[in-house]
Amino acid sequence: MSTLHTINKSPFDRNSLGSCLRVISDSDAILLIEDGIYAATSGTIFSDVVKAAVQSHSVYVLGPDLSARGMKEDGIVEGVNVVDYEGFVDLVTEYDKTNSWL
Amino acid sequence: MSDTKKFLFVNRKAPYGTIYAWESLEVILISAAFEQDVSLVFVDDGVFQIAKGQDTSDLGIKNFSPTYNALGDYDINKIYIEKESLEARGLTVDDLLKLTYEDEDDDWAEKDSIHVVSSAELVEIMDQQDVVLSF
Repeated sequence: MSTLHTINKSPFDRNSLGSCLRVISDSDAILLIEDGIYAATSGTIFSDVVKAAVQSHSVYVLGPDLSARGMKEDGIVEGVNVVDYEGFVDLVTEYDKTNSWL
Repeated sequence: MSDTKKFLFVNRKAPYGTIYAWESLEVILISAAFEQDVSLVFVDDGVFQIAKGQDTSDLGIKNFSPTYNALGDYDINKIYIEKESLEARGLTVDDLLKLTYEDEDDDWAEKDSIHVVSSAELVEIMDQQDVVLSF
């Protein structure tokens, strides 16, 4: 059973990304949404964590949530894929279930 | 005895994910209307509140970041950003809104409201306040 993990908390504020990465299965993917998008930005103290994550899992970030917060698509960690709302829906249907980390 | 108190608003949350940033800004503007001596500090994820280039059009919610530009007109010109918080997030002052005010004591010269300070310097700033409100 493959799972899409959605993370909506800033990694600087909460550890939901860290907890997710601890228990994630090989076939799973991560979608960063809302304040979770800050994990995708490069040059931060969490960039190395995300760089490691993209080596083993598909990692996505929701473009509209990046734009809302003034974060640029060209300033994100290499290997993280930007999706729009349609892409969000596609991911939800592509994976067997969704785990919304809160 | 003066009725003016030194108010410090401590902003620690990212915008949009929660309502704290917007609520803080509303209270800040109210306090300015009561002619208090207001300072703002942005630490932790609060530094994201004043990131420039915010565009919420795809979210269908209000982009309130332009409102920070009005603070100078309300004589709110002591805006402190913690250096350590910026660095942890890969940001520099160039990634932030350029917030300015016109100094009436200096022929209305336009000056920067934003001051990047270390946490050591924040100790002093926080100690000097009469009232601290944390969001």
